[in-house]
Parts: sequence; C-alpha cells; structure tokens
Amino acid sequence: MGLEQKLGDMGIVTTSLEKAVNWARSNAIWPMLFGLACCAIEMMSTQASRYDLSRFGMELMRASPRQSDLMIVAGRVSRKMAPVLRNLYDQMPDPKWVIAMGDCASCGGVFNNYAIVQGVDEIVPVDVYVAGCPPRPETLIDGIMKLQEKIKHEPLKKWQ
Amino acid sequence: MGANELTQALREALGDGIADVVVFRDEVTLNVPRERVIEVLTHLRDVQQFNMLTDETCVDYYPREPRFGILYQLYSIPRNIRVRVKVMLSEYDASLPTATGLYRNANWLEREIYDLFGIRFEGHPDLRRILLPPDWQGHPLRKEVPVTVEENAFTFNRERVDAEKPYATE
Repeated sequence: MGLEQKLGDMGIVTTSLEKAVNWARSNAIWPMLFGLACCAIEMMSTQASRYDLSRFGMELMRASPRQSDLMIVAGRVSRKMAPVLRNLYDQMPDPKWVIAMGDCASCGGVFNNYAIVQGVDEIVPVDVYVAGCPPRPETLIDGIMKLQEKIKHEPLKKWQ
Repeated sequence: MGANELTQALREALGDGIADVVVFRDEVTLNVPRERVIEVLTHLRDVQQFNMLTDETCVDYYPREPRFGILYQLYSIPRNIRVRVKVMLSEYDASLPTATGLYRNANWLEREIYDLFGIRFEGHPDLRRILLPPDWQGHPLRKEVPVTVEENAFTFNRERVDAEKPYATE
C-alpha cells in the first residue's frame, strides 16, 4: 500500500528536499520540560502511557534547552520568571518552536495583575496557542498536530 | 486563662503602652502606638511567654489616615493562647522599628511587607525585596496601584488592544 506502489520497480522515490526535511523535523520534535503550573500536570499526562505522546515522535522530554526543538510553556509566567524563560529560549538551537499551553500562557488568563506576564508572546514568538484552563491532553495533542502541520509547510530558506 | 485576665494583666504591666484592647470572640487585639511596639513585644515574649511570631502582615486602609496597619500575630506554645498586636502608621511616615531582634523570622516577613507595601523597618539587617525582582518599581499591594494591568479585549476594542500589546520578535 502507498509507498510500495509509488516505488515502482526502481526502488527510488522522488520528492523535494524541503518536504523531506520538514517531514523529518515534524515527526521527531523533542519538547523541553517547562512545567510552570497546573498545565504541567496535563502535559505530563499527555506524555504518559494513557495519551502517549510518543505516537507522534515526542516522547523525549529534554531537561536541557540545548537538546530541544519545542518549548511548551505550560502555565502562568510571572514577571520574575520572564527573563529566565527568554534565556532558555535563546539557548535552544534553531529551528525552534513555542507552544503557549493554556489560557495563562496565551493571554494571562484569570491573572490580570501586576505579577503575571499577559501572554508569553510578549517574551518569545509563539507558534501555536492551546486554549483551556487547563487544556485536556487531547487538546494539547491537537495543538501539537497543528504545529506539525505548520512545520510541514515551512519554507526551508527561513532557517538558511 | 481567658481573654479578660490576659487583658487585665497586660494593662497593669504596660500602662499606656497599650492604647486600646479589642476582644472579639476570645481573640485579643492590642492597639499599640509605634513608639512602644518593641517594648510591648518584648514584654509579651519574655513575661507572657508568647514565644512564636506566627505572622507579621500589613493592611492598607487607604482613604483613612493613619493608613497602614502592621499586625503581629503572636502565639504562646507553653500556654496555647494567641494575641494580635496592631500598629497604625501614617502614609507620610511609614516606618517603624524592626522586630528581628526579638523574633528571627520577622526578617523575611518584614522584607515581604517592605516589598509589597513600601514600609521601612528601622534597624532591619537586610531590607531588600524578597518576592519581586530587585529592579521592580513601586509597591504593588498599595491601593493606588491598579488591580488590572491589561484592558479586557472584546469585539469592539479587540483591534486597539491588540495593537497596543508588545509582541516579542525572534
């Protein structure tokens, strides 16, 4: 089925480099462990056996920003935490993506006050916003699949 | 020992060090002038055995003057009773002597009050911010600080709020 039919009898598949690279990038994203609040519980649940994020090639949550491609900001970011978050983002190697998980990371949520950053997009560029307070694991998985779709259509030249 | 006996004993020992006593449902609150607060706390600790400072907090009663109320919640472990000491401070002279000499844990509690209300504690060994970043401007739990920092976005003002928002770049 599928691939075998396209192979014909030559054993060769032709595609563009952009598609091949984006396919590889999108299916082996290593997220960084960045749990800040209650959303982190749902993120752990997403990654654990019941919802099993490894089906999408993302089972490897890295504790180091040097080894990760995706930052899932799970929870509210305080103004004191903001420089730390930006520092970790700067330490991640290109190409890198950010998911703002939950209402607090997306827009401040219920915390419209002096202590909380009103959306993590004030500090780092965000690719996908996941709504919910906290979002269920299915919602986060949907957000990750949206990100995969986005990566598959990214032009290669952007990253030199 | 009930609230009334305690009140009586304190009145006899301290005289006008205690300006006023409020007893509500066996909770004793001592209103103390600022000049006498260390004397009263020392007496409570050494004579009345209130050997634990449970909490030290501040209240902003804004339009009223004196504006700030500093509260010491004391507990006596050997006697299992509690007492509250309250000091009112003016907005224009918001400072009082530190209690770190009497209770060691007052150090961080007073740093928190300084951080969030801007009240200065004279003689405090290390009066820095404790919760907020060191370069923070202002004292956010004062009532003149607005509660919200961002305008709520609805359909009619969505575009304007979005235009004013500082988005990060790469």
